[in-house]
Amino acid sequence: MVYKITRKNVLEAVNKEKRLDGRGLLEHRPIEVKFGISNKAEGIVSVKMGKTEVVCGIKMGVAEPYTDHESEGTMMTTMELLPLSSPNFEYGAPSIDAVETARIIDRGIRESGFIDFEKLCIKDGEKVWSIFIDLATINDDGNLIDVGALAAILALRTARFPEYDEKTERIKYGEFTDKKLPLNEGKMPLTTTFFKLGDKIFIDPTREEEGVAEGRISIEMSKPDKDEMINAMQKGGDAAFSAKEIEHMVEEEMKMFKKLNTLVEDELKKAKKGAKEK
Amino acid sequence: MAYTKRYDNRKMDELRPTSAKVGVVPNADGSAMFCQGDTIAIAAVYGPKIFNPKHFQNPEKGVLRVHYNMLSFSVGERIRPGVSRRSQEISKVTEWALTPLVLLDELPGTVIDVHINILQANAGTRCAGINAAAMALAHAGVPMTEMISAVAIGKIDDKIVTDVNKEEEDYEDGEGATDIPMAYLSNSEKITLLQLDGKIQARRLKEALEAGKEACKKIYEIQKKALKEVE
Amino acid sequence: MATKTKKEIVIPGEIISKNNEFLPGDWTMKQGDDIIATRIGIVEKYDKLIKIIPITGVYIPRRGNTIIGEIKDITMNGWMVDIGGPYSAFLPLRECPGFIEQNDMENVYGIGELIVTRIFDVKRTSIDLTMKSRERELGKIQDGMIVRVNPHRVPRVIGKEGSMINLIKNASNCYITVGQNGLIWINGENLENQAFAKRIIEYIVDNTITEGLTENVEKWIVENKPASIKTVSKEVKVEDKE
Repeated sequence: MVYKITRKNVLEAVNKEKRLDGRGLLEHRPIEVKFGISNKAEGIVSVKMGKTEVVCGIKMGVAEPYTDHESEGTMMTTMELLPLSSPNFEYGAPSIDAVETARIIDRGIRESGFIDFEKLCIKDGEKVWSIFIDLATINDDGNLIDVGALAAILALRTARFPEYDEKTERIKYGEFTDKKLPLNEGKMPLTTTFFKLGDKIFIDPTREEEGVAEGRISIEMSKPDKDEMINAMQKGGDAAFSAKEIEHMVEEEMKMFKKLNTLVEDELKKAKKGAKEK
Repeated sequence: MAYTKRYDNRKMDELRPTSAKVGVVPNADGSAMFCQGDTIAIAAVYGPKIFNPKHFQNPEKGVLRVHYNMLSFSVGERIRPGVSRRSQEISKVTEWALTPLVLLDELPGTVIDVHINILQANAGTRCAGINAAAMALAHAGVPMTEMISAVAIGKIDDKIVTDVNKEEEDYEDGEGATDIPMAYLSNSEKITLLQLDGKIQARRLKEALEAGKEACKKIYEIQKKALKEVE
Repeated sequence: MATKTKKEIVIPGEIISKNNEFLPGDWTMKQGDDIIATRIGIVEKYDKLIKIIPITGVYIPRRGNTIIGEIKDITMNGWMVDIGGPYSAFLPLRECPGFIEQNDMENVYGIGELIVTRIFDVKRTSIDLTMKSRERELGKIQDGMIVRVNPHRVPRVIGKEGSMINLIKNASNCYITVGQNGLIWINGENLENQAFAKRIIEYIVDNTITEGLTENVEKWIVENKPASIKTVSKEVKVEDKE
């Protein structure tokens, strides 16, 4: 429920390049990361940007590989917009928002080569590991795609394999190994979604600001070598973008990538230190 | 082997480490997190609000709707997202447990939605859910006549134990494991949730109910303290 | 920062009086000789009456309250207004000053627009509104900013005899109309002034349960006021007293 007058305020604030909470257009809200909130998941993290909170759990399973990828593991990304987190979410089949968000995040991770799927093979053509990336919203105050994408990456980086009994070919859930997932850390994809209002571009909107935006473009980027690589892009909403605007976003994304990359490495260092101190 | 010492060395009537916090979901009218040992439940309340469509409205009193669900990563073997028959049943018994507390007569034509999600499951999830939901309702300013506290009492072999954990639930020796989730109202000391999974000699039920009453009193103190810290 | 001490909060079901010492007021219930709270809040005693001041939850409409609502729908004889909470509120055509033609109703108050209005009558499941008043500034909101707060914090935002609201107005150079239902309308000459008023209100709302609130707010204003706002010392009339 965004009042007409609030839309006016947000529009004016964005046009003046100073948002209602004092932020600049390309500034994130305070980001808070919490690891280890559940000991049942192979990997788990909670990420907050401002008041938005998303939890990502990684679950592992074993399955038959796809016929055209016989020696590769599989991956599935799901996003649950929990009615608990917003008066606007309802029970029932996943909404298009949930589906779209999950698919955008999935593509970025898949394309980047971040996960080494071949190393997830247990027995060629017969048994492979499946990675389930399960996202759930705890509080929705806008920018769910970016918060979800960041949570997915952090959860994957800290996940470890459960014990696997080769004879019975069954997973011993609850018993964890120290073995991390096979990741190419240099190919880590990070996402920023750019929102458009008039001729202004901004990131990390509150729910109020997102309700007023005319359109958005999500860019998932990684830096496997000296060249930045775009692994996924999605334009959403009714607005039309000029090529120049999109090029500008790509430039900004390179800056965002650096910032988020530093954040990820810092948070992982903190978590490692915390675990050692226990 | 007889069950003489609990797996985690607790006394027979001892609760797992329990903690509670209010206000964890800013969007909700009321919310709370309740941790009982390794079981973590979050509850959020939206309401009272006008119940639409109109033909669902009860002109005499308000309606309480409860949805309980476990998150896919809350257990060992992943749960497919979505409603299951188990979660439907728990949603209903939770609704029956909470309804007597709420002064629904003072809220005609309205609905109160209670959402319970389990983040981590180690037995006693429906009880943790009720404990969180009660706090969320109070936090939301819903008029209530008293509080409710829930605990899973167990009979492991021949011992009545308080706050069963997953390991105990899986005990198979001797008389096996029986799980008795129950909920007590804080003032009237009446029981509004009672289920049994397993079996128990009829003459021993009283013992289990007594153990539950004492445990719920302790849980009430924890809920009360967390609510008084509301900002 | 001045010392903060929290007032004692009671929870539903807690006994707040024994042995018939008091009579049950708002949000309390008699249980034998005792009185219990039925809502989370702060205990207040008035002579022989004991009641609970709620600190959370939906707005409780009272006759004479000035509130801010959003037009939801237009019918033959008036406008349906959303004032928050589980109530349907209605503004009858006859409660508007002047003569309004049926097909002009959308122009007067259109769907999605906000109005400052007054509660005329509270029935069991519905509320009647009026735009007729002698002193109060009722009418449509065209410009400015809206802040939503917990309705139970409104008395603190207004303060004793309007002292707090005057503090905010002077510090931010804005006009402020407080709806008892928790919606507050800020009107100032630019966005910055209005945003500052909003931040002061948010500070008050986050700290209502502490003692010495006024001193804390004054201190916060001094520490946080943007240089661009020049205060014009003027006596602003008190809008609401409830």
